[in-house]
This record gives sequence, structure tokens and C-alpha cells, in this order.
Amino acid sequence: MSIKLDIVTAERLVFSEEVDIVVAPGVEGQLGVLPHHTPLMTTLQAGELRVRKGGEELSLAISGGFLEVRPDRVIVLADAAERAEEVDLARAEAAKRRAQEYLVHPTAGVDIARAEAALRRAVARLQVGEKRRRRRQEPGTR
Amino acid sequence: MEMIATSKMRRAQERGLAGRPYSEKIRQVIADLAALPQTGRELHPLLKRRPLTRMAIVHITPDRGLCGGLNAGINRRTASFILEQNIPSTCISVGRKGLDFMRRRGRDIRAEFTWLGDQPGWLDTLPISRIIIDDYTDGVIDAVYLAYTQFVSTMVQRPVVLPILPVAPAAISGAQNVDYIYEPGSDEVLAGLLPRFVEMQIYHAILESIASEQSARMVAMRNATENAGELIDGLTLIYNKARQESITKELLDISGGVAALT
Repeated sequence: MSIKLDIVTAERLVFSEEVDIVVAPGVEGQLGVLPHHTPLMTTLQAGELRVRKGGEELSLAISGGFLEVRPDRVIVLADAAERAEEVDLARAEAAKRRAQEYLVHPTAGVDIARAEAALRRAVARLQVGEKRRRRRQEPGTR
Repeated sequence: MEMIATSKMRRAQERGLAGRPYSEKIRQVIADLAALPQTGRELHPLLKRRPLTRMAIVHITPDRGLCGGLNAGINRRTASFILEQNIPSTCISVGRKGLDFMRRRGRDIRAEFTWLGDQPGWLDTLPISRIIIDDYTDGVIDAVYLAYTQFVSTMVQRPVVLPILPVAPAAISGAQNVDYIYEPGSDEVLAGLLPRFVEMQIYHAILESIASEQSARMVAMRNATENAGELIDGLTLIYNKARQESITKELLDISGGVAALT
């Protein structure tokens, strides 16, 4: 039993495959979707979207968007989405530091909510990117 | 030039197509949401219609010329639209050709975005939607129209003016009436989707405008090459005729001279 997952952004189709389970970062918490899920529409926050297919697990960094679930398919309308191999770790690290800096020393003109959102996005990308790096370094261990 | 325009056109077309699944999906979802029964809840600000007192037009044109009648076409279309509406209007100019045109006409320009390049990213276009969404919610403007050149085919590009704000769900087809659970609630989901929808429409209009520009340029350059070829053929013929004539004249002179001597 599998479910078709499409991840699209305004710029491109990022991912389109049959998968076994999707775990998405919903605004109200992590959300696991299995085949035959009841129709659902929800907003996503920045985070890690995990997918299991066969015995393999894959993760993508998404920075907010929408999730539509139908019994046979899941569609993610992401503001931006990156596969693990596309994440630029150095850039994400820099973004994270910058966001933390704002939160620790709030400066005039910087929106706290936006800094928090930026931090969440950076952390999500780091998580996804780091995971891939670990896997590459220790082949065979998962 | 023709070759360059051809490859740029192909790239622009591909980028336009790549975003299609997203735009179809978001249309569908908004249509679904709008079809939900309205039980006394407040309409989202971007859906609310107000009496028209002032409008804004997002005028999308190329930055460069040498693309046939494309710039003239879109500028004329926009200008006549503004005249037809006959209400105060302000302009958001995307592309230098349109900006110059509006400046010459002395139109009020709210913002200008030039040199976005041949491959603008989604992020590059967000400030445009930000301005119109903010102005609309603040009540500065009561309607926003989008003027750009639609890409029909390599040979045909059509200037169009479409309303984008207020969002008119009736115009969006494809409601499928699936009974969704909305989390956190249908209003929140809709509130998140509507700005995305506006952003997406603008992004797509820009991509289409680029595809149109490149194909118009390709055709213009091909015509230029062909015309130059014909011109060269004609001129070569004239040149050869003139040369032959002068040779004949000289020969006549010489043989005339010889005849006089003997």
C-alpha cells in the first residue's frame, strides 16, 4: 500500500514519488500521513518533512506551505523546499546565527516573529542537511 | 541574436511550465474554500469587494526593446485600459520599457522594478505582491489589475489586462467539493493561501512576459536577418550591373580610340 506524494513550489516540482508514509511539520504539530487518510487541508510551518519508502527514509527541508491530503495522494504546496543534497549547510548555519543574534539582542526594526520564523527555517535545513552528511560519512549504518 | 533569443525563450517557457502544478493546485484549493458555505463569518480582506475609487495596475513589460511590436502592444493596451476605467489610478511598473512609457505619460508611479533579469526567482517577485497586498488591505486602492503579455505561441503573444485583487473565486474554476478537515480552520488556511495566490499570479505573469519577449525578439531578429539578406542581394545586383556598365564604357572608349587612330 503506498501513497503518491507531490511536493511543488512555485518554481518547480521538487518531489513526486510513491511513498509509504509522510511525516510533515503541521502548524499544530507533527503530522503523519498513511494511505487512506481522511481528506485534510492544513498549513505547514518550516521544518523537516520526512518520507519513508521501502526501508529507506528521506527528508526534505521545507519553509512553510500547505498540505493537502486525499485518500490516495498527498500534495505539498511549499514556499520553498530542498532535498537533503541541495541544502547549503554553510548558508543555513549563517542564517541560523543571524536569527539567533536578533533574538538575543533585539534591535529596533527587526520583527521578532520573523526572526523566529527565519530561525525555524534555518534549523530545519540544518537538520536535513546534517542527516545526509552523517549518512555519507558512515556508510552502511542507518 | 536569433539563436540567443531562441534559447532564452525555451528556458523561459520551461520555467513557466515548471510552476504549473503549483498554480493549478492553489487555484483548486481556493475554489474549494470559497465554495464552502458562508455562515456569518467575516470575509477575508482580499476577497472583499469595495466601491471603486482608486485602482492600481501592475504593468509588466520587458526591460529591452528590439522585440517587434511587443512593447508598443502592451503599453497601448494598458493605456487604453486606464482610460476606459476612468478612475484615479497608480502604476507599479515592472520592466523599464513600461516605466519609461508611464513616466512620459506623467502617470503616478507607486513603485518600479527594473532589470529583474531573464530568470527571476520567486523571491525576486515577492516585493511586488507585498506592495499591492498592503495597499489593498490599507484601503489605499480598491482594485488591482495585472497587465502583461500572454504567451500564446512562438508566433503569437497577446497583451492582456486581468483583475487580481479582490480575488474573485467565481472566476477560478475547478472546485471539487471534497469534504476536507481544515487545520487549524478553513479561514486560517484561506488566509494563508490568498497572498500566495496573488504572488503566484504575478510570478507567472512575469515568466510569461519573458517568454513572450524572447519569442518576439527571436521573430524580430529572424525578420531582420532575412531582410538584410534580401537587401544585400539587391545591392549586389546593382553593384554588379554598375561595374559591368563602367567596363563596357571603358571598352567602348578604348576601341573608339583605336578606331580613330587607324
